[in-house]
Amino acid sequence: MLAYLIRRLFAAAVMLVVIIMVVFGIFFLVPKWAGVDIASSFVGKQADPAAVEAVRQKLGLSDPIYSQVWEFFKGIFTGRTYSGGGDVTHCSAPCFGYSFRSEQAIWPVLTDRFPVTLALALGAALLWLLFGLAAGVLSALKRGSFWDRGAMVVALAGVSLPVYFTGMIALAVFAFGLDWLDAQYVPLADSFTGWLGGLILPWITLAFLYAAMYARITRATMLEILGEDYIRTARAKGLREPVVIRKHAMRSTLTPILTMLGMDLGALIGGAILTESTFNLPGLGQAVLNAIKTQDLPVILGVTLITSLAVLIANLVVDVLYAVIDPRVRLA
Amino acid sequence: MTAPLHEPTAEAAPSAAEEAAVAGAEAKAVQGRSLGRIAWERLKRDKLALTGGIVVLILVAVALLAPVITGLLGQDPNEYHEDLIDPLFGTPVGSLGGISGEHLLGVEPVNGRDILARILYGARISLLVGFLSAVVAVILGTVLGILAGFFGGWVDSLISRIMDGLLAFPQLLFIIALVSVMPNDMLGLHGTGVRVFVMILVIGFFGWPYIGRVVRGQTISMREREYVEAARSLGAGRFYILFKELLPNLVAPIIVYTTMMIPTNILTEAALSFLGVGVKPPTASWGQMLSSAIEYYESDPMYMVVPGVAIFITVLAFNLFGDGVRDALDPKASR
Repeated sequence: MLAYLIRRLFAAAVMLVVIIMVVFGIFFLVPKWAGVDIASSFVGKQADPAAVEAVRQKLGLSDPIYSQVWEFFKGIFTGRTYSGGGDVTHCSAPCFGYSFRSEQAIWPVLTDRFPVTLALALGAALLWLLFGLAAGVLSALKRGSFWDRGAMVVALAGVSLPVYFTGMIALAVFAFGLDWLDAQYVPLADSFTGWLGGLILPWITLAFLYAAMYARITRATMLEILGEDYIRTARAKGLREPVVIRKHAMRSTLTPILTMLGMDLGALIGGAILTESTFNLPGLGQAVLNAIKTQDLPVILGVTLITSLAVLIANLVVDVLYAVIDPRVRLA
Repeated sequence: MTAPLHEPTAEAAPSAAEEAAVAGAEAKAVQGRSLGRIAWERLKRDKLALTGGIVVLILVAVALLAPVITGLLGQDPNEYHEDLIDPLFGTPVGSLGGISGEHLLGVEPVNGRDILARILYGARISLLVGFLSAVVAVILGTVLGILAGFFGGWVDSLISRIMDGLLAFPQLLFIIALVSVMPNDMLGLHGTGVRVFVMILVIGFFGWPYIGRVVRGQTISMREREYVEAARSLGAGRFYILFKELLPNLVAPIIVYTTMMIPTNILTEAALSFLGVGVKPPTASWGQMLSSAIEYYESDPMYMVVPGVAIFITVLAFNLFGDGVRDALDPKASR
């Protein structure tokens, strides 16, 4: 188990380096190839040349890319001072960049907004695993029944509906039509029930899409496994059906589901961005969208980096869980 | 039976035809059906999949003929009809978002553009990006997957790691980041053209690992089969084996994954346009219509229902058809 852990940690570290290279490639190399002046997009669309030159100096944009990346990383640990064009801006550690559009450091923006996205993603993941697995297993056990068909029709609709459309319908029906909920985000520190009320529709909306996907996959996997020889053996040796399902079939069903979960964590961030935008939640996704509208690249860079990190860590957790459920994985 | 290559002489003709007919009957008696034939016969029995397929064909026709259809209806996707808008609230006059004989699906709030015309034009963007990005993904995925599976060793490790990494990436975020640093003019394209081009490339790029993994797995399971060994013992080169022996056997899974990938790509395009990094206004796209509809979900709900349902029907049709194709091509698949 220890060797496995070390291997996974090493792989994660490699992945981290790759992610950093890709992120910086996107923000520093791609514009160069495409012929975009990054300094002017840091300043804004109607920037005057002096301001553009100042930003170019402050950010060291004419330096080679490796020294820019190095400055960025040094900033995370020691803080960073931007000087150029006559004024000096300080960004204290951990400095994840500084937005010259909104004149604020990125790190506080990230720490402000991360909890919202995390709460949305975790709550939705919990709901979809619970309902997706339950619906899939029940459908597989009662194959061809009314329940099975109904669940699969709903699941097919679920994977075919864009999450923001479901969200808008949910808003129109539950928040506006029936007036059950106040679709307004309230910070957890202010009021627990308010927080719950504000997040319940986003949770259900986001979970619905994935629950549908997981129900379909769980059902298919479970059906395949129930046809395996070892299940017949388990039944033949006189085990009661619930034990066969729980101890033998479920365990094998969970392995591909966990693999999927690991892959979907990245996609979940995408779903969270769309959900945040639909429900007007002040999370990381909304920060990115606002940043796109104002061409505030440092914010996009910071969020991309921090979410990639979060996904990487979550993947590590999934890998460990994977090894717990399926001992063969540790040897592979 | 194929037509004879050279014209037979008058005398020989009847006997040749007779022989051909006899040979044909014999061949029919023993000849197995091709995979495509079997799949088609299974697909024909699958009512849901057929319905999905027909809807897909209709959608493609509608997208191709969008200018003709809107011309016949006498509507233009970018023409303002401000006379149909309530000046006080900015919403369309009349019930259900201003549905009338002239505007079959109503008009947009504020500027009164015809919704049906915009939906028809939006279909072009959705399908174009959906199909072409799937093509990009299939080409990349097939080539890299087959290389990884066939050569094994470090080639396999490298390609597999890249695939794992890409699959775990927060894709939408990276696509947003990439699109946001792209210029407005590029390679002779402008505005929406650039966005569409970038979306096709980027969505395709993030999609190839899904196909790559399947192709790799299939290649590994096939490369030690007898027929490959036979080809090798006859002195066939690597590339001959790759393209003449292995690739034809990969066609079925590739088709299945392509049909399943198109709806996902259509959803991604709609999501990007919804978020404002897809096609630029005034070009019509479904995602963008939904994003402007969000402000009117209380006062003009029809405005969000129409593009939402358009996306739903399109994606559902592709999903039904894709499920059917998978069941038809995969002998093990059961419902």
